[in-house]
Amino acid sequence: MQKSWRRRFHLPAVIGTIPMILVAVGVFVIGIGFSVLWSFTSSKLFPTYDFVGLAQYRRLWADNRWLVSVNNIWFFGLMSITCNMVFGYLLAVFMDQRIRQEDLFRSIFLYPFAMSLIVTGLVWQWALDPNLGLQEALRNWGWSSFSFAPLVSAETALYALVVAGIWQGSGVTMAILLAGLRGIDEDIWKAARVDGIPTWRTHMSIVAPMMKGAFATAFVLQCVSVVRVYDLVIAMTGGGPGIATSMPAVYVIQLITVRQNVGQGMAAATMMLLPVLVVLAFSGILLWRRNRLREAGA
Amino acid sequence: MRYRLLTAALAATAALQFAGPAAATDLEVIHWWTSKGESAAVSQFAKAFDNDGHGDRWVDSAIALGETARSTVMQRVLGGDPPGAAQFNPGRQYEELISGGKLLDLTDVATAGKWDEVIRPKAIGSACLVDGHWWCVPVNIHSNYWAWYSKPVFEKAGVPEPKNLADFIAAAPKIKEAGLIPFAIGGDGNGWQIQLLFQDMVTEALGVAQRDKMYTTKSAEIAGGPEMKGVFTQLRTLKQFTDNGYANRNWNDTTNLVITGKAGLQVMGDWARGEFAAAGMTGVKDFGCMIGLNEAKPVVSTDGDIILFFKQGNADVEAAQKRLAALLISPEVQVAFNNAKGSMPVRGDVDMSTADPCMQKSLKAVEDPANIVTATNRFITENTNQQLNELVAQFFADDSMTADDATAKFATIIGSSD
Repeated sequence: MQKSWRRRFHLPAVIGTIPMILVAVGVFVIGIGFSVLWSFTSSKLFPTYDFVGLAQYRRLWADNRWLVSVNNIWFFGLMSITCNMVFGYLLAVFMDQRIRQEDLFRSIFLYPFAMSLIVTGLVWQWALDPNLGLQEALRNWGWSSFSFAPLVSAETALYALVVAGIWQGSGVTMAILLAGLRGIDEDIWKAARVDGIPTWRTHMSIVAPMMKGAFATAFVLQCVSVVRVYDLVIAMTGGGPGIATSMPAVYVIQLITVRQNVGQGMAAATMMLLPVLVVLAFSGILLWRRNRLREAGA
Repeated sequence: MRYRLLTAALAATAALQFAGPAAATDLEVIHWWTSKGESAAVSQFAKAFDNDGHGDRWVDSAIALGETARSTVMQRVLGGDPPGAAQFNPGRQYEELISGGKLLDLTDVATAGKWDEVIRPKAIGSACLVDGHWWCVPVNIHSNYWAWYSKPVFEKAGVPEPKNLADFIAAAPKIKEAGLIPFAIGGDGNGWQIQLLFQDMVTEALGVAQRDKMYTTKSAEIAGGPEMKGVFTQLRTLKQFTDNGYANRNWNDTTNLVITGKAGLQVMGDWARGEFAAAGMTGVKDFGCMIGLNEAKPVVSTDGDIILFFKQGNADVEAAQKRLAALLISPEVQVAFNNAKGSMPVRGDVDMSTADPCMQKSLKAVEDPANIVTATNRFITENTNQQLNELVAQFFADDSMTADDATAKFATIIGSSD
């Protein structure tokens, strides 16, 4: 009895994880609990406990800006995750060719990720500003009809954000996938070559499936960065022009701090939590089923 | 031995502190007066407070953009670390701070300074006088109803200087042909500049009485009416005359386009005049000012700035806060501040003979109560204000949104506002 408890909970491990447990419970669980609680109240500037049921949610889903934000996050998320994974993998394959100056290239590709999004966002904003950046520079060099100002038009601003997101995120995807690639046994490549399998086919059918773990890590990191995308938007467009590039996280912060409408902001935050919970529950069920099957098999 | 020396030194510093002025106090003031003209103005406050003879010190916390500065203040108040004082706009932005008991009651300072007599017009004082108590100090009257234009630009384009918005719209194509930007505007901070223009146009289109009725009765009928559709249509017309760098531009960079003769006209409150003054320009030959959007119908709005003081739970600090409150409204400080800022003083008993021609126009208009437009912020909460910002900014940015759609949405927001 005593022995099995010891085996399950190593004392050093428990002590080591106590800070993490405290943070997780204190900040996340309690914080999220209050967010959800206040989303059912009529809180304005100060949180109150005047419960109004689902009224805040009804107002939220009637708010045009929220609907635009939700549409934007889907578009931004699908585009940037897909492109990041593809470009990240291609970059990793490129880096895996035993090229010269590998360290230099790796630093260059990882550089965008190492810098603050506020800084890189601002640089992007300046570069794309029609009066300061690329457009003005090329016009001054004599190409007077050149026109390139994606951030000032409501139709194109979101694409500019996606491009900046890819520029920022593909480096780290590359680093993770490169580590995965390096973990593949050299003999597998040799065997595939002996069997006369084309390189692309080896990548698609053999190597990629073996790198499931690396892909999953990169994918989860990408998803997290999409859900909380905030600083990039603030630095590049401020959610504009108009409300064209508003995102859920931007919306939540705006409601709580500027619009002094805590209740509705918390309702929006709770809505952001829902898809995450659904994914968690789904993967939890999968894991549980797999464990049960394995136990039954054993 | 060594320690005795140290102790003596410590005792001496402690004694010095008590020997100094009875209540030397640092007071942090958060504001968003960050442009050139504005910082020249706010330094008048700081100078006066630093030299008030009590050893007080103005600790300046300037945060660019009003909505950012206000939300910082709110977060600090909620977090239990309020600043000594903060700038706000008169209206409903701080009503929860009053009802939440976060503000210092200034009634005794106001009684001593006879604020209810010297502050004119009454509407300015009423922003601070709530339930018989004074909760803030009005420091200036800003009118949002101004258009500023560059005389050289109109000359170069060969068109007469505008007397109203319709004149300008007629002249704008000529300015565009001359290779200049006819209409200067910026879209930063959730589009507040566009909404300022929009509100000016609403008052112009509906008339003061009808506009007040729309906001006070939250009338979706007026808000969805044909005049409002006309306003949105006109707004779309104006957009054609802007440049494509407007999206993230702040107001003073926009004013700078007019100052440097790159753009023709900007609709902005009279704080823009401070920028012209800081650039060394006068309203006689370099730039012109159009009061309201129609010189024939001059209007002045009771917008402006107020200073809130937060409860600190420390008698020394509160005494310093009250000294500052009294100082802000004193005649000399009012003249120095407002001359630099481009706004009107809140008291009528000061000498403004040095004011420039533009301010003379507003000083004349403010004498007739019929010309006074109540600030929109008095009627609507910050929540509604931001919803309107978003609607107008979205309409301005997105050409596929029709005037009918926008009018319907405007009516919904007004009808459901609280």
